[in-house]
Amino acid sequence: MPLLKNDWVVMAIFTAATLTAPLWLSPIGAGYPDLLQKFAIFGIFAIGFNILFGLTGYLSFGHAVFLGVGSYTAVWSFKLLTMNVLPAVIFGMLMAGVFAVFIGYLSLRRSGIYFSILTLAFAQMSYNLAYSVLTPITNGETGLQLTINDPRILDAAAEGVAATGLPSTTLFGIEMSGYSGFYFCAVALIIGFFISLRIFRSPFGLKLKAIKSNQTRMKYTGFNTRPYLLTAFVISGMYAGLAGSLMAITDPLAGAERMQWTASGEVVLMTILGGTGTLVGPLLGVGIIKYFENIFSALNDNALHQAFAILPDWLENIVVAIAGEFVGEGWHLTLGVLFMLIVIFLPGGVMEGIRRISGWIRGRSRQAEQAPAAEATGGE
Amino acid sequence: MDAILLQILNGLDKGGAYALIALGLTLVFGTLGVVNFAHGALFMLGAFCAVTIQKVLTLSVKVKDESITFFEAFKEQPYLEIWFGDVGTAIIDWSVPISILIAIPIMLLIGVVMERGLIKHFYKRPHAEQILVTFGLAIVLQEIIKSFFGANPIPTPAPEIVAGSAPIGALFGLGEAVVYPWWRLIYLLFAGIVIFSVFAFLQFTTFGMVVRAGMHDRETVGLLGINVERRFTIVFGIAAVVAGLAGVMYAPILPPDYHMGMDFLVLSFVVVVVGGMGSLGGAVAAGFLLGILQSFASMNEVKSILPGIDQIIIYLVAVVIILVRPRGLMGRKGVMED
Repeated sequence: MPLLKNDWVVMAIFTAATLTAPLWLSPIGAGYPDLLQKFAIFGIFAIGFNILFGLTGYLSFGHAVFLGVGSYTAVWSFKLLTMNVLPAVIFGMLMAGVFAVFIGYLSLRRSGIYFSILTLAFAQMSYNLAYSVLTPITNGETGLQLTINDPRILDAAAEGVAATGLPSTTLFGIEMSGYSGFYFCAVALIIGFFISLRIFRSPFGLKLKAIKSNQTRMKYTGFNTRPYLLTAFVISGMYAGLAGSLMAITDPLAGAERMQWTASGEVVLMTILGGTGTLVGPLLGVGIIKYFENIFSALNDNALHQAFAILPDWLENIVVAIAGEFVGEGWHLTLGVLFMLIVIFLPGGVMEGIRRISGWIRGRSRQAEQAPAAEATGGE
Repeated sequence: MDAILLQILNGLDKGGAYALIALGLTLVFGTLGVVNFAHGALFMLGAFCAVTIQKVLTLSVKVKDESITFFEAFKEQPYLEIWFGDVGTAIIDWSVPISILIAIPIMLLIGVVMERGLIKHFYKRPHAEQILVTFGLAIVLQEIIKSFFGANPIPTPAPEIVAGSAPIGALFGLGEAVVYPWWRLIYLLFAGIVIFSVFAFLQFTTFGMVVRAGMHDRETVGLLGINVERRFTIVFGIAAVVAGLAGVMYAPILPPDYHMGMDFLVLSFVVVVVGGMGSLGGAVAAGFLLGILQSFASMNEVKSILPGIDQIIIYLVAVVIILVRPRGLMGRKGVMED
């Protein structure tokens, strides 16, 4: 299928929006590299998750495994080979892919809730093992870190002399911190988005959608659905591996808690919140959750008192006491409530909300056009 | 031999908690067809019933400490002790058993409100959405608890009289050295009683008969002019009570903290699936079975052969069961086999 002209426009807009994000996000206080990196990394994670859940409807509750595997592999690549980030990314994705093939091959034998439980079981196994017996590889509770004594074969061969202090991650000499780190993640996000766009528009994506709407019928028409599902699962696992290795690049540390099932739950939340099965929805979800997490967790009672200062004193105290439960430490409460509201009233997420509003506006404007016309005919 | 006996008891104990939670889960699934991810939160709420009641009973006032005469010393003394003397002290000591009585109506109320307020609207929605909304509810509940009680585990001791260990070794002729905590034995007994009464309730009452009929064929029961939905609401309440009681009794074994529900939830889902979705007997059997398997896997002899097996045994069993026999150990044919 040839790329529609429209798609290039989408890509151009998306690329421009991503690369200029530091500019247009700074008025709302999100224009600094740390947060922008988070947006990009979790954006990749959510896009990948959406390829599986959004297209095929298979709800995986263990996607964080691939995130964790990507992180561990990337850190090992820093430790053993070189501080260059490219090998770390490649190895991270490959390793996550290997895990995805294994877990996917077994889990995809069942569908529905059994699939969710199977992925959850594999995730819990990996998490528990990473904490206990695999400590030589994962460094258990402390998390895997760089040390000065790491071999770093390739770097040592290139430089010859041991550098002092902990080296930082680089891309052919450019240090991956601050904005250069963000732009590296941003480029990865753009490529990831492009691939996901191609998948959505391709016959392969169409087949995945057909599996979601009616797998039985799909099988009766002579398709063996499992290879398609497995491919989607592996692709989505590799996205997660990419996200994990990017996490390790921006902060060379990998811990087992990245694999816990609540971490898998987070990406589900983000995808649902934005809109499952849509292209930009997951990104919106990531943006909303990570942005408000940042803002809300920083708020405290003093800030609230300032915000509600216009109210009379007694009312201000009540409002602050109630709102205080939802900010700072209580940010997860807000998240839970928000998430419940979305699932109850707007199962399609923010994207469905946008669609409804735009449909409503279009309906109004059409009515407005028709009304004078009706009057004119009535007047005759 | 001693070790094996102790591990069996340990396993039965853990299995008792799994079985109680899984029983409620599968009861809700069998009757309402809802996959309830907030069930672990109900377990947690039960444990915090015990914590709250203990806190209420030990509400204290500062009084002068008479035993110290060198300087003005103050100590906290609970109101109950001041008002009722030794009886008050005894009441405080027995706070956990007392909580059981109070937890029953509270949990029933919570369950009914939850079903009428939220779950009711999700009968017709896909399983994925049920999972998601109850997952959200679980987060909300545990965050509320966290904001009231803080993030740290709160020790909730059992009554003094059963705080020690029972000399079970003498009972089985294994020597005096083999002992086991009284409270854990009581927990095991309690779990057995609760499970037995739930089964008796379903088997020997008219209400239970209707519920069982409704589990089999909801439509026909409805056509016979029976209000199935109201009965199912009560079933949800009962499931909440069972989970809550499991939580209350577990409080002295594991000091409750806000995320204990989530920890148990994953395991009890695995238990339900292994036992067979919608099969009550299966849930109980699988609960005890997995509990025993887990405690045997954590024996040092086993761990030295297969390192790490204690961490994954339950999930491993679950994976094998789902792949080989998707309807679980005792699941009905044709129910959720896909």
